[in-house]
Amino acid sequence: MNAVTVYIPRDAAALAAGADEVADLIAAEAAARGRAVKLVRNGSRGLFWLEPLVEVATPAGRVAYGPVSSDDMRGLFDAGLLEGGAHPLCHGLTEAIPYLARQERLTFARMGVTDPLSLADYEAHEGWAGLKRALTLEPAAIVQEVLDSGLRGRGGAAFPAGIKWKTVAGARAAQKYVVCNADEGDSGTFSDRMTLEGDPFMLIEGMAIAGLAVGATQGYIYIRSEYPHAVAVMREAIARAEAAGFLGENVCHSGKAFRLEVRKAAGAYVCGEETAMLESIEGKRGIVRAKPPLPALQGLFGMPTVINNVISLASVPIILARGSAFYKDYGMGRSRGTLPFQLAGNIRHGGLVEKAFGLTLRELVFDFGGGTRSGRPVKAIQVGGPLGTYVPEAKWDVPLDYEAYAAFGAVLGHGGIVVHDDTADMARLARYAMEFCALESCGKCTPCRIGSTRGVEVIDRITRNERRAEQVILLRDLCDTMLAGSLCAMGGMTPYPVLSALDHWPEDFGVNAPTEQAA
Amino acid sequence: MTEAIAPVERIADAHRDIPGGLMPALHAVQEALGHVPEEAVAVLAQAFNRSRAEVHGVLTYYHFFRREAPGRTVVQVCRAESCQACGGEDLLARAEALLGCKAHETRADGAVTLEPVYCLGLCASSPALQIDDKLHARVTPEKLERLLAGVGSAQ
Repeated sequence: MNAVTVYIPRDAAALAAGADEVADLIAAEAAARGRAVKLVRNGSRGLFWLEPLVEVATPAGRVAYGPVSSDDMRGLFDAGLLEGGAHPLCHGLTEAIPYLARQERLTFARMGVTDPLSLADYEAHEGWAGLKRALTLEPAAIVQEVLDSGLRGRGGAAFPAGIKWKTVAGARAAQKYVVCNADEGDSGTFSDRMTLEGDPFMLIEGMAIAGLAVGATQGYIYIRSEYPHAVAVMREAIARAEAAGFLGENVCHSGKAFRLEVRKAAGAYVCGEETAMLESIEGKRGIVRAKPPLPALQGLFGMPTVINNVISLASVPIILARGSAFYKDYGMGRSRGTLPFQLAGNIRHGGLVEKAFGLTLRELVFDFGGGTRSGRPVKAIQVGGPLGTYVPEAKWDVPLDYEAYAAFGAVLGHGGIVVHDDTADMARLARYAMEFCALESCGKCTPCRIGSTRGVEVIDRITRNERRAEQVILLRDLCDTMLAGSLCAMGGMTPYPVLSALDHWPEDFGVNAPTEQAA
Repeated sequence: MTEAIAPVERIADAHRDIPGGLMPALHAVQEALGHVPEEAVAVLAQAFNRSRAEVHGVLTYYHFFRREAPGRTVVQVCRAESCQACGGEDLLARAEALLGCKAHETRADGAVTLEPVYCLGLCASSPALQIDDKLHARVTPEKLERLLAGVGSAQ
């Protein structure tokens, strides 16, 4: 009898839910029953409330079981786990689970399907097709393809990737670099982590294409130290890609070189800001640089540098493989393609939802997410990380689009969505935003370094009702200074969560809406 | 030079010619010794042709680097927004009580260090925490008690 293939994710979130223990138990139970199984440690499908999600290959397709715990093992085998048998934990064919079936997975097409470190799997699922096409194109044509796709930076700033690439391509220098920003520090986000752990060759391919397009021969991936699994997988993937000739001195026999190295960050949130990241890679304190000069012209070690987020670079292979028109066909307005939204916080079905721009927060949080995990009403939804706005219910039907969000003072950022139920104290969350800024400020500019500490104090006075009306005016003034006077988004956007909390939930600050806040 | 920092010389040598090699060197020192002792600063400064003040500046800028040895077990509880929305703050307070150790501190007997952490990337399965190298998600108060049961007991 042939061995049955069983998939158990190796993603950190699956491990945190006990995936390793489940894998060991499945192997043991199968052995005890004299059944041959082949365990594959795949990436996660991103349906995290079902992790550990065990999939069994059957003639009809992969059948999903989850969340599987060690107590379920005997029952699952008795129910015919290895044949895809019925069981209360069985969700039928994985691909037919509505949460997954309703997505538009372009960048995450392979996620959870393949063994992340298998070059054979990667190649069998459209891997390297983009790089191979890029190798037949002139560098300028590669840049044009990315420009035409409408791809904008997925790290948060949403700057057109093609324009950045064009600037670097046009610069003359002895050495150019491609740097991938994998310092995913935003709470509520994990799409970079999933990519690094679950489809590392896609990022390698995207970076190699960027190298060809701009004439860079060296790339760095700056990964946060909180992601040891991602660092390990990425390093192993680079070694394997190099051994197979996709990286190194002679990429796919093209005569062109592209080398890649992982650099481990060290727990400074502000190093997610691109110039602070460059300083850190150079071996210095991660202090923000003033711009200009643009990093595209004087970046890493003073040389022209393409800096993109993981998801931006990971979107490049499919754009090259299928063409810019294919990618651009998704989305709305000037937000083209898809965004891997990440549903987090107090939510029933937390996970990754890749969809074209244009759906609404309500669809994401309720249709996909199933509302709060606590079962209580949703109060506030923070979109775009710790520096993102707390979005009130009145805006939950606005399409998720960079411009539509900017129009009401919000950002999509990196696509992180954190749900809070009605027990959330918005004044406390506003205070936390200032506290986090004080903790993580690099200290270079005054509005951020001093303003954040003063912000904590002012919010404390407001909640203690010490000259409250006056302090609210002061808080707004302070936020105005931080918004306009900070060097980077750390101080410049901390007012987003603070002011949105104050504007939409003044009662949590002890302020009567709306007369006092009119100041 | 004390014997304890002998590996630092070797690490400094191995990293001195790497562009931006100070950060990887600091990581390597911490991996080898568990923290970056004061004596390592001068060795690294010499190797990288930087002032001791500069190396000290880099070392102390980053939260990840430790200048003192941590407890035998390190417990990190996430207190970022997503975990806050799922009771992360309460979890940290409970961990303090269970371990008899305040956040940011190492218990007097050196058995355990308790630290807040800002996002482990497990936000779809909040609240999350880490005990040494092992991650735990969807941590309820009961699960916390189970997880910390053996932590910090006498060696």
